[in-house]
Amino acid sequence: MSVAQKKKLLLQANDSCVEGALYAGMNFFAGYPITPSTEIAELSARELPKIGGKFIQMEDEIASVAALIGASASGAKVMTGTSGPGYSLMQELIGYAYMVEVPLVIANVQRGGPSTGLPTKVSQADTMQARWGTHGDYNAIAVAPSTVGDTLTETVRAFNLAERFRTPVTILLDEVIAHSREIIEIPEEGELEIINRVKPTCKPEDYKSSEFTENGVTPMPAYGEGYRYHLTGLTHDERGFPTNNPSEISPKLEKLRDKILNYTDEIVKLRVEMLDDAEVVFISYGSVSRAALQAVSLARGVGVKVGCIQLYTIWPFPDEQLRDLCSKCKKVIVGELNMGQIIHEVRRVLPNDKEIHSLQRYDGEILTPMQLLEKLEEVL
Amino acid sequence: MTTTETDKKAPKQRSDIALQYLRPGKKLPHVWCPGCGIGVVMGAYIRALDKLGWDRDAVAMVSGIGCSSRMPVYMDFHSLHTAHGRALPFATGVKFNRPDMNVVVITGDGDALAIGGNHFIHACRRNINITTILINNSIYGMTGGQGSPATPSGDKSTTTPYGNSEKHFDPCTLATAAGASYVARASVHAVPQLEKLIKGGLAHDGFSLIEVIANCHTYYGRLNRLGDAVAMLRRYKEQSVTVAKARKMSPEELEGKIVLGMLHQDEKTEFCNEYQKVVELLKKKRGTNGN
Ligand SMILES: Cc1ncc(C[n+]2csc(CCOP(=O)(O)OP(=O)(O)O)c2C)c(N)n1
Ligand code: SF4
Repeated sequence: MSVAQKKKLLLQANDSCVEGALYAGMNFFAGYPITPSTEIAELSARELPKIGGKFIQMEDEIASVAALIGASASGAKVMTGTSGPGYSLMQELIGYAYMVEVPLVIANVQRGGPSTGLPTKVSQADTMQARWGTHGDYNAIAVAPSTVGDTLTETVRAFNLAERFRTPVTILLDEVIAHSREIIEIPEEGELEIINRVKPTCKPEDYKSSEFTENGVTPMPAYGEGYRYHLTGLTHDERGFPTNNPSEISPKLEKLRDKILNYTDEIVKLRVEMLDDAEVVFISYGSVSRAALQAVSLARGVGVKVGCIQLYTIWPFPDEQLRDLCSKCKKVIVGELNMGQIIHEVRRVLPNDKEIHSLQRYDGEILTPMQLLEKLEEVL
Repeated sequence: MTTTETDKKAPKQRSDIALQYLRPGKKLPHVWCPGCGIGVVMGAYIRALDKLGWDRDAVAMVSGIGCSSRMPVYMDFHSLHTAHGRALPFATGVKFNRPDMNVVVITGDGDALAIGGNHFIHACRRNINITTILINNSIYGMTGGQGSPATPSGDKSTTTPYGNSEKHFDPCTLATAAGASYVARASVHAVPQLEKLIKGGLAHDGFSLIEVIANCHTYYGRLNRLGDAVAMLRRYKEQSVTVAKARKMSPEELEGKIVLGMLHQDEKTEFCNEYQKVVELLKKKRGTNGN
C-alpha cells in the first residue's frame, strides 16, 4: 500500500504508546491513574474490550504490576502506564518480574520529582530509577522515544524486547512528548516485526521454568498448556524452586545479567546525525534530542562542525557504540532534564582525554535549541 | 487421573490422595514445624480439590510470603509464590486473564491483613471469583513471632512483649463488609468442617474467603503459654461455637469465642463475568455497525 493510503492520526504520545502496544499484541492492561500518564490508561480502557482484551484499574501501582505478572505468566501480553511516584511504588514487583523472568512493559511518563514533585511539568529524572529502581542485582532494559511517531515504534520495540528476553522493559517518556500532538502514520499489519515469547517443546515433566539455555532465555508456556510450573521471587534453581545452594545462586544471577548484556548489540538503538566530521557532539534522549537536532542544523548552517547522538536505548547503556561514535570528536555535551544522570555513564564510557560538558535543566521547562547553541558556543 | 464425586468405590487412603497432588522430586521435606496447623489445612484442601475432580491444569495457586504461603511450592499445580501481601492482585491478574481457570490464594493473617490489607478489601469488593484460604495463626510465624493485625488485644508477641495494645481485625467481618460473597470460618481442630467449607468456597462463583484458625505453637503458643500443638487444638475446640449457636449469644458471651461455619453467602455479580458482558456488547455493536 502506498504511503498516502496509510492510516494517519493526530495523536499525543500517550495515545501513540497505546497504539503501539495494541500493534504489538497487548491484550492486558492494569494500572492506577497518575498525571501525566493517565491517557495511556484511558485509551487502553476504551480499546481493549473491543478486541476481547482486558483492562483493570487496580487499587494501586503495586497491585497493578502484580496483576500484570499474573496475566503475563498465564499467557497475556501486558503493559501499564505510570509516572514517577507510581513507578517508585511499582519497583517492588518489577524486581519480582526480573527474578521470575516475566515479560511486561511499563510506560513511565516522567515528571518532576522527588515525591509528587511537578505533576504537569517535564523531567528526565527517572533515568537512573529505570536502571536501579529495585533492590538486588539485575540488568534492566529501558527505551526512550522523542516524538509521537517513535513512541509507537519504541513501544513495539519494548514489547519485542520484553518477550524476547523474558524481562520487564521500561519506556521512558517525558511529559512534553506525552502531551504534544503530531500527525503520525499507523503502520500496517506485518510492517513492523512482532516477537512473541518462545514456548517449550519438551515433555511437560522435562520442563524447567528457569533452565539455563544457550541464549539465556528459557521458553515460557502459558497456564493450561500442560506445563505446571512454579514461579517464586525467592532465588531458585533451574526448576524454579527455592534454593540456598551457592552453586545454584550465582548461575541464576549471572543468567539474569548475561541474557541482556550478551545481547547489548541487539538491544541498542541510536540515532546519529552529522557525526563524520563533528568536533563537538550532543548526546541526549527524549525531548532534548529534538532540540539537539535543531541546534545541529542551525549550527551547521553557520559552518560549525557539530553532530548529535540520540539514545533510543538508555539501558543497557551503549558503552561500545558511544566509544566508537565519539572516537573522532574532541568534545561532547550531554543535555538532560535532570541534575545529571546519564552524564555519569558517558563519563564512565569515554576516554579521559575527551572533554565532557553538561547542560542540565531541572525547573520543569524544556531545553531549547537556543540553550544548546549557547552551550555549544561556550565550549567551542 | 483425577477422581470425581461419583467415584466412590474402594475409598482411597487419605495419604494416597495427598501424595497424588504433591510435586514429585526435591520439594519435600516441607519447611513447617512438626504439628503446625498449616499442614492440616493443606490436607483438607487437597481432599476438597480431589472431591471436585478438577482438571489439574485448570487450577492456579497463588500465595504471598509467610509460613502459610509456602503451601503452593509443594503442590502440583500452576503456582505463583509472590511477594509479601501481594498474592491477591497477582491472582486477580491470573483470573481476569484466564477466567476459565480456578484460582486459589493461600495467605496468612499478616500477609492478607497487614501489608496486603488494601488488596484484600478490593478483591472482596470486586467479588472476583478467587478462593482465598487465610490461615490465621494470630502471629507472624515466618519472621519469628511478631504481632499481626490478628493478634488479639493483650496477647504477647515478640513486638508486643507487654501485651498487644492494638485491637485486632476479624477478617470475616471485614470481608463481608467489603463485598465478598462467600465468607466462612473453620479451624484445624475440626477437619471435616474445614474440608467442607473449603470445597464450598472452591465451587462458589465469586470471592470466597475461608478463614482457618490454625496453631503456631512455636511462637504464638509458646509466647502466650498455650502449650504444645495438641493443647492448642484442645483450646480451639473449647472456644468454638457454631454460627447457629452464636446467633443466640450476647456479645459478652461471645467474648473469646471462635464462631465456626458459614458466616455469609450471597449471589452478587462477579467481576470477570461483568467485564465479559461489556466485551459481548461491544462485539454486537461492531457487528451491527459493520466494522
Ligand atoms: C516487603 C516485605 N516486608 C516484610 C517481609 C518479611 N516477612 C516475611 S513473612 C512475614 C509475616 C508472615 O506472617 P503471616 O502472613 O501471618 O504468615 P505465617 O508465617 O504466620 O504463616 C513478614 C513480615 C517481607 N518478606 N517482605
Ligand atoms: S513458625 Fe509457626 S506457623 Fe510457621 S511453621 Fe512453625 S508452627 Fe507453623
